[in-house]
Amino acid sequence: MKPVNFDYYAPSSVDEALDTLAELGYDGKVLAGGQSLIAAMNFRMARPSALVDLNNVPELSYVKPTEDGGLAIGTMTRVFDVEHSAEVIKRFPLLIEVSKYIAHPQIRRRGTFGGAIAHADPAGQLPSISVLMNMQALIKSKGEERWVDGQDLIIGPFMTVIEPHEMLAELVLKPWPARTGSNYVQVSRQSGGYAQSAVASIVTLDENERCKDARMVLMSVGEVPILSQKAGEILVGNAPTREAIEEVAELAVTTEIDPATDLHATADYRRSITRVLVVRSLTEAVERAKRGG
Amino acid sequence: MTEKYFGKPIKRLEDKFMLTGNVKYVDDIEVPGQLHAAFLRSDYAHARILKIDASEALKRPGVVAVYTADDFGDFWKPGPLQVPPPTAIPGSQFNARTLVPIAKDKIRYSGEVLAVVIAESRYIAEDAFDDIIVDVDPLPAVVDLEKGWENTSVLVHDDLPSNMAALVKQEVGNYEEAKKNADVVISKRMLIEHVAAAAMENRGFIASWDERNQEMTIWAGTQSPLTIRGSVSRALGLAESQIHVITPYIGGGFGPKVMTSLADDVLLPWISKQLKRPIKWIEDRRENFLATTSERDQVHHCEIALKKDGTILGFKDVFYHNTGAYDSYGMTVPLNTQTHTISNYRIPNFYSEIRMVFTNQMVVTPVRGAGRSEGIFAMERMVDFAAKELGISPIELRKKNLLRVDELPLNTGVIGQDFVVNILDSGDYLGNYEKCLEVIDYEKFRKEIQPKARKEGKRVGIGVVAFTEGTAVGPYEGCRITVSTSGKVTMTSGYSTQGQAHQTVFAQIIADQLNVKIEDVRVITGDTNQFAWGAGTFASRGAALVGAATYLAAQKVRAKIFSTASKKLEVPEDELELCEGSVCVKGQPETTIPLGTLAALANPMRGVVEPGVEPGLEATAYYGPPHGSTGCGAMGVIVSIDEETCKPVIERMVMVDDCGTMINPLIVDGQLQGGISMGIGNTLYERLVYDENGQLVTASFMDYLMPLATDMPKKLDIVHNHAESSLKVNPLGIKGVGEAGAIPPGPAIVQALEDAFQDTKLEILESNLSPSQIYEYLKKA
Amino acid sequence: MSNKLFPITVTVNGVEYKREVEARLLLSDFLRHDLGLLGTHVGCEHGICGACTILFDGGAVRSCLIFAVQANGHEIRTVESLGTPENLHPLQQSFHEKHALQCGFCTPGFLMTLVPFLEENPHPSDDEIREAIDGNICRCTGYEKIVEAVQDAAAKNSQAK
Repeated sequence: MKPVNFDYYAPSSVDEALDTLAELGYDGKVLAGGQSLIAAMNFRMARPSALVDLNNVPELSYVKPTEDGGLAIGTMTRVFDVEHSAEVIKRFPLLIEVSKYIAHPQIRRRGTFGGAIAHADPAGQLPSISVLMNMQALIKSKGEERWVDGQDLIIGPFMTVIEPHEMLAELVLKPWPARTGSNYVQVSRQSGGYAQSAVASIVTLDENERCKDARMVLMSVGEVPILSQKAGEILVGNAPTREAIEEVAELAVTTEIDPATDLHATADYRRSITRVLVVRSLTEAVERAKRGG
Repeated sequence: MTEKYFGKPIKRLEDKFMLTGNVKYVDDIEVPGQLHAAFLRSDYAHARILKIDASEALKRPGVVAVYTADDFGDFWKPGPLQVPPPTAIPGSQFNARTLVPIAKDKIRYSGEVLAVVIAESRYIAEDAFDDIIVDVDPLPAVVDLEKGWENTSVLVHDDLPSNMAALVKQEVGNYEEAKKNADVVISKRMLIEHVAAAAMENRGFIASWDERNQEMTIWAGTQSPLTIRGSVSRALGLAESQIHVITPYIGGGFGPKVMTSLADDVLLPWISKQLKRPIKWIEDRRENFLATTSERDQVHHCEIALKKDGTILGFKDVFYHNTGAYDSYGMTVPLNTQTHTISNYRIPNFYSEIRMVFTNQMVVTPVRGAGRSEGIFAMERMVDFAAKELGISPIELRKKNLLRVDELPLNTGVIGQDFVVNILDSGDYLGNYEKCLEVIDYEKFRKEIQPKARKEGKRVGIGVVAFTEGTAVGPYEGCRITVSTSGKVTMTSGYSTQGQAHQTVFAQIIADQLNVKIEDVRVITGDTNQFAWGAGTFASRGAALVGAATYLAAQKVRAKIFSTASKKLEVPEDELELCEGSVCVKGQPETTIPLGTLAALANPMRGVVEPGVEPGLEATAYYGPPHGSTGCGAMGVIVSIDEETCKPVIERMVMVDDCGTMINPLIVDGQLQGGISMGIGNTLYERLVYDENGQLVTASFMDYLMPLATDMPKKLDIVHNHAESSLKVNPLGIKGVGEAGAIPPGPAIVQALEDAFQDTKLEILESNLSPSQIYEYLKKA
Repeated sequence: MSNKLFPITVTVNGVEYKREVEARLLLSDFLRHDLGLLGTHVGCEHGICGACTILFDGGAVRSCLIFAVQANGHEIRTVESLGTPENLHPLQQSFHEKHALQCGFCTPGFLMTLVPFLEENPHPSDDEIREAIDGNICRCTGYEKIVEAVQDAAAKNSQAK
């Protein structure tokens, strides 16, 4: 299990990286943390002809507060550093909660925040969270840049709107209003393993504990992370009662997901646990919102 | 004998080197001038080879040679039958189709070798796979055991009329007659899933032909160095003295590393001789999944006949056993299954039929548990089903039928893997079981814990099973012990070591017998130039057989020490005693003579030994038991399960084990804990899955789930319950313990899961369960 | 594709090495076969088993999922940097005393995962230890004695302070 050879570029700045990507076009591939890519290369399932390694570009690694109270996270920030960032802990406890489910500690040490999102693994936690939080993705290419909504970034399994000559440079996380609670739950066979189903949710309540906003993403039950419409439709404007949450679960499972049967779970099982996880996740998010987030 | 070391929790002598990265595993050996081999393996499980063209690969820089089956000429032939057929069993049928080292004409399993690339590096060798053109005509694959047995339209071996590898029937008493007197007869079909050994170190092999000295040196991560020496000698027409097999440190064995006649050990010595260069091959994890042997995979059709009061009248088991594409390793696994099925209980009438099936999969050979797990699973499950049917508690039904102390030794009448009739020699089966109930506090669980949990809406269940572990089978093992003139002692054996602490436990025996410091004893295993007799490391037989041989050889050396000292000091032997590292005269502690000095004197020319007497403070001894020794015990487990997600958690596990005398309890506990983790893995996580085309779809640790630290029981207790009778089974009263831990977790966990849902009709009929499968079972319940 | 060699300077266990490597050479292979540091073991080459765990700028990572060329300018520690047979590191000593290793193949990876873990968590619970080692597979021990060894090392460390 040894990788094929490839041309290797180690730019030291974003501009140099973008020049290299522009030059390579379809032959180039960005190497971020490499924790999925290098494993696939060792199996020779991935055979990129050239890698542009961003590990020598320090300007891509940061967690910075934004003026509106949100955060900007550089694409090469290690998951470990996001997990341990005081700025993140303060604003987005969901990211801390989800991090401990991402593979194992050694992978999080090396794996990057942006790399995981751009990899768009349907079973990956961070791609789902980027959809849920609608993180604003800054995509750069030589002399150009564009912003894409997190919910529009992923277009298929392992597929995003990012072109070969482009790179995901930064993710901007908008601040949450007061009385916002969040939660991530998953069922996986083992710690650090792929989830057979996972649900993350963010709920904002008004002063009267009615639901002002409710977002929910369903993971590992379709080819891409599924942003539920039902959570918003049913909960917003109403009290998030047990009955209402159960209705969301019922509708989400019957109308929004399309789980597959694989080695580890039948489609039916996935539906069954998704229903359970939706209830658990929304209930907990509501509780946390009531406690002030 | 002074027992300073024997029986004590002595810390391992090998540790400090292993902990600091100062030992060499096979990939750590770098032979000057070595080339690297990589095997191009088939993507198809079953196909006719039309053409393999490797000519382009030779043009790639760094590629030195490429071989396909045709390039080996007459050297290509099916390998030896490593384990003989069951001719000892009357009426048995066995079709020997032995492993070929590289596919010729036909591919019979996915992962079978099609070409060998020799290159300057492993990276380049793998690159060359892209240059090799393989043209095949794919065939339907034999994957399902029962269909494969019945269906003769697709044949793994075209020259056989069916896919039958073997058919073996053993009967004790008369099951059909017994059934007529039964009040209840229960029939079930059960699956035992396919699992990998998955040692953390993959296999590896280095062959280095020395043209000048006409000698072949081989480093191999093998459990059977002497088998390799013999087979290379036969294949290359060399004297065994020209072949030196060294097993360096080995990163775990668990069974499959006993298998030989594979591409590496057959082809690489030949290639090394051709190219006159050392050739190194290090298996990668994908290859290990695809093409290293694995085990389990049986389908049992069981029937149990009982009286209303729970007395078992008879048991019938017709089971299909997957041998893979070839059956070089004979029938060790299914014969173990056959003997273990009736190894616990009083079963006056027993019928067991092995239907061993050729499939388009890699060969099946023993993996820790090795057929025993399957037999115990089948029987324990059937007892549970009988208990439900009869309305008797599974505990009481077991207690009623478990063999009593005074019923042993018992000749079961079933011939086992060592081709002698299985003797249940010793132990207190019922006592083990009762001990287990006591330690896990069965009564309290039933009366307090479980009802309380149910009231809180939680599901918890308990399972308590009995098991045996056939160990310490023959034929024999041996060793040689030598005292050096420095006073240091060396023991060498043909056995090889994969982490079982042989360097410590054999040293413990010797240090006590010769009264030397344990640090002064050096144990060498698995080097054919040091000791050239023995069978190999398998079937939990090291401590019992090599241990006994060590004890016997040490006795002989001890006698030589006394006779030499007696002559030198002119003192009768009975007035001498061993002081640490020397001999002294009783009552005159100042009159001593160091063992090193005696070793120098033990020489007929210059010493005190008469001409004609064997020189040296050295002795060789062998030990071969008439039959194996049966370890035994019980396991209890408490499982909680989230009813909504069907995820089980092992809250508590108790294992009661009787392995006879323990040389070192620390090592015994380590063996049991390791075995238990494998048993838990086999039950809740690990599963080799082949699709209908014979493709292994779990060829990585992403899909083949190994048990992790958080998957282990929240609380685990190991209780040693050694019966008097167990301590007399061989010179040191030792039974093996290597496989015990892996055997009972399956039936215990499954029983506990059913117990957690006792208000439903949940009935589990397989040995491996994901939460999803539990969910599907519950839907039916 | 190029077989170009890249010059790299890497500090491993305090020693600076200058070598030339192919881009695709895995760091695990580089450490083992180019530098001869054989204590780092290779068990799966897809980042699951943890046998190849090393410290990269102080953090525990898989050396099979990093190219050697990426180590240029970085600092690496392997098991060889802990103790010697004559003078074991306290965690190695606890592994020895508690029988936390059998075949020893996975052990260097466990040690390199646990050394920084214990620095960050000097008083871990059993559950925390188990979570910390879930990225390391051991087929021999069933993990029981590894957990005991970590607790032993933690206890001795707090006594020493």
